[in-house]
Amino acid sequence: MPKLTIDDMEVTVEAGTSLLQAAEQLGIEVPRFCYHDRLSVAGNCRMCLMEVEGAPKLAASCTAPCGEDMKVHTKSEKVKTAQKGVMEMMLINHPLDCPICDQGGECDLQDQSVAYGFDRSRFLDNKRSVKNKDLGPLVKTTMTRCIHCTRCVRFGEEVAGIEELGVLNRGEHLEIGTYVEQMITSELSGNLVDVCPVGALTSKPYAFKARPWELTKTETIDVMDAVGSNIRVDSRGNEVLRVLPRLHEDVNEEWISDKTRHACDGLKMGRLDKPYLKNSKGKLKPVSWNDAFEAISAKIKVTDGSKIAAVVGDLCDCESIMALKDVMHLLGSPHLECRSDGSKFNPYIPSGYNFNTSIAGVEDADLIILIGTNPRLEAAMLNARIYKNWRDNKVKVAVIGSHIDVNYPYVHLGTGSETLQDLIAGKHDFDETLKNAKKPMLILGTGATMRNDGLAVHALACEFAEHYNMIQDDWNGFNLLHMSASRMGALALGFTPKLENGGHDLDGIVKASSKGNLDILYVMGADDLPFDKLGDDTFVIYQGHHGDKGAAHADVVLPSVAYTEKNATYINTEGRVQIARKATFPVGDAKEDWTILRSLSAYLGRPLPYDNLLELRERMVQENDLFNHVDEVIAQPWNKVIASDISVNKVPFKLPMADFYQTNVICRASGTMQECTDAFFSANIKKRRVNG
Amino acid sequence: MGSVAIKKIEQPKSFKFSKANLDKIEKILAKYPSNQKASAVMPLLDLVQRQHQNWIPEVAMEEIARILEMPRIKVFEVATFYTMYNLKPVGEYLIQLCTTTPCWLCGSADIVKACEDHLGIKVGETSKDGKFTLVEVECLGACVNAPMIQVNDDYYEDLTAENMIELLEHLKTGDDITVGSQTGRTGSCAEAGPTTLESHAKKAKIKMAEIEEDK
Ligand code: SF4
Ligand code: FES
Ligand code: FES
Repeated sequence: MPKLTIDDMEVTVEAGTSLLQAAEQLGIEVPRFCYHDRLSVAGNCRMCLMEVEGAPKLAASCTAPCGEDMKVHTKSEKVKTAQKGVMEMMLINHPLDCPICDQGGECDLQDQSVAYGFDRSRFLDNKRSVKNKDLGPLVKTTMTRCIHCTRCVRFGEEVAGIEELGVLNRGEHLEIGTYVEQMITSELSGNLVDVCPVGALTSKPYAFKARPWELTKTETIDVMDAVGSNIRVDSRGNEVLRVLPRLHEDVNEEWISDKTRHACDGLKMGRLDKPYLKNSKGKLKPVSWNDAFEAISAKIKVTDGSKIAAVVGDLCDCESIMALKDVMHLLGSPHLECRSDGSKFNPYIPSGYNFNTSIAGVEDADLIILIGTNPRLEAAMLNARIYKNWRDNKVKVAVIGSHIDVNYPYVHLGTGSETLQDLIAGKHDFDETLKNAKKPMLILGTGATMRNDGLAVHALACEFAEHYNMIQDDWNGFNLLHMSASRMGALALGFTPKLENGGHDLDGIVKASSKGNLDILYVMGADDLPFDKLGDDTFVIYQGHHGDKGAAHADVVLPSVAYTEKNATYINTEGRVQIARKATFPVGDAKEDWTILRSLSAYLGRPLPYDNLLELRERMVQENDLFNHVDEVIAQPWNKVIASDISVNKVPFKLPMADFYQTNVICRASGTMQECTDAFFSANIKKRRVNG
Repeated sequence: MGSVAIKKIEQPKSFKFSKANLDKIEKILAKYPSNQKASAVMPLLDLVQRQHQNWIPEVAMEEIARILEMPRIKVFEVATFYTMYNLKPVGEYLIQLCTTTPCWLCGSADIVKACEDHLGIKVGETSKDGKFTLVEVECLGACVNAPMIQVNDDYYEDLTAENMIELLEHLKTGDDITVGSQTGRTGSCAEAGPTTLESHAKKAKIKMAEIEEDK
């Protein structure tokens, strides 16, 4: 533990701490370009120079380790002059085109130039120019602005697992490029824009949209997948202009996936802004809220509760799920379903549907079995953890199911449930490896549960986990990975079939409808239901924010708000309760989801017992104590899932997600996501995706 | 140089190391720890260049990446960093003309002109018969015998416009090529023979006979 003085302040630091980190501990600001907390140290920009007494030259503080009794100065004349020099050199080939640069106002180069630079240029020669690179539809390049800090290269290598960016040529000709002009294919590429300290890499969809000082910044939670990445929504007026990551060490660190970042233009397109009601000719026509509610309550009043069902979709918040559950309870309906993708895992046992290891816990595992899942597409930030674990500790990864395109090597054990059975029976070569693992974990994906024998597979996976010592006192390696932001919330609130009252699951609901035994189906934001299999007699109420498949098949459409337009609660796949905040206002006549249900209950003559968000949240706590523990991961006591019918079929597990960029109504409405699909998933480019 | 140039040229579809080179690779790899195979990237690039008409195609870089278990971009980084790796086709003889100050003072401009005129190509070009490519380089560290050039692996020194053309002719036919000084100078001995340390020269048996004769 060396003790040293920096700017006459004493500090004791862990051995191996760099001078820069030590200075930061003292609250001293150190200018830097190449150093980044989360990336390896490159030490190439020389902006972080400090004077160490007794040393012949100034030291690059990001690479210099602290030593006992060092006397360090960060603001001496020598340091200041040197930093001026570095700044001047840095700007030699920089185009100084700040007025037309999107980084302006949030540019490290601009800021540090003002704070540490020289106030005029002595440079008379021509500047060099560098050809721009094509990095795909999300990242715009202006390579003349690059200062060669190599952060982007290190990010690609160390976090995203894309080894396509590199430093080419040398000296005056040095440039950042890709392997013989290849597009980068990563679901994390948007983060390159954040790591780049200058305007060389900027966001293509956000190009020339706004200046940072015009934006209102709202800290909230993402709903594009079940990870619940922490984000900041930047809006101007009532328009969301961009989404940026927010630091949360245990969830997304400081990265987000491209879908989280760039689907936001979908918030402007295809929105439902008025209630609609089907007229006698079967056409949806705009009506007033009053008429819509009257129509619904008239229908409900003559319908028996057992003939009413409700399904919640991917993006719903806990508040609205609570309200819908309460309404359904009032009506006496047992048919509640939140597994809108048709998966059949057991929804009643928390340890069975939770991601028990926790997202950060993935880094501690020494063996990871992926069953019917491709985490790279289904939970990109989780996949980044697996990649990190592989990079740092060479964690072993094994796959059961289809082959997947991930950025770490894996062993393929088999394609379906019989592989699990073989392993348990000790008839598989991998048995040894599994037995020897200290902290093994499995991730059971939707691909393994979204099938008729899903429940049996779920039970089999639990047995597998127990058999291979995945359940220990301080380690739970059993994980169900969800794909939708609403799922855990709905499960925690018990939005599940009431079996004791003959409640149907999704299949049952659809079957009942096709047989004419279901009169009302309340669909809250579920757009991927098999609508064409529903019977004509079922009156479909769709509550949601986008005019997608759900609204197209509805008899009444109730316009609600998207995730950036409400204060709401979500639970991520590891059971972490997180609060999202409202960034913009509802579109048109749309109303917040829970208030729609509250009003509806009033029309039914049985108003729900809460009038504001606080009261509603109290009701949620009543339902599940989890809501008392915001931003905590509560370990769930292990309870094994058991299936009465344990026969599994031999059909290989299929992957549930084909196109990362088109998974919900918001991304389907987004032009940027469409471009990504065209660029990355169209056949000819797929061929170019080598070693992925 | 770099990615832009390399894209325009026609690339072979596949590349395989010859049997002899595969044996060499095995020997090279034995020098490095097995988890740090990437260390062998430079000698392997060199092997490719020797096997493949003096230049390195993309497919060969991919092959190296595969053998050394490293990302292709890392191979590409090294290959673009060093100018001695040719990433596009060059002539059978790659003539590197030194034009840095000492050589220039001793008349490298004449050498460049002689080459250009004789071969009918400019610096940076390859002759039609595919025999010669001219490139300009910085100091090759043989300034004592300036002006000088490097052709493939060898240095040719003490050049004049005349002996340069002669050299080109010899290279063309492949006979009678004298590597090193074109005026018969030994090592980097002074032109008029040793003026100091004569006794040392004698001990080192540096053609004292000749020197004596000259005297
Ligand atoms: S593009 Fe940006 S991040 Fe990459 S090296 Fe240049 S300045 Fe650094
Ligand atoms: S931050 Fe230290 S050298 Fe760049
Ligand atoms: S200047 Fe030509 S070899 Fe040094």
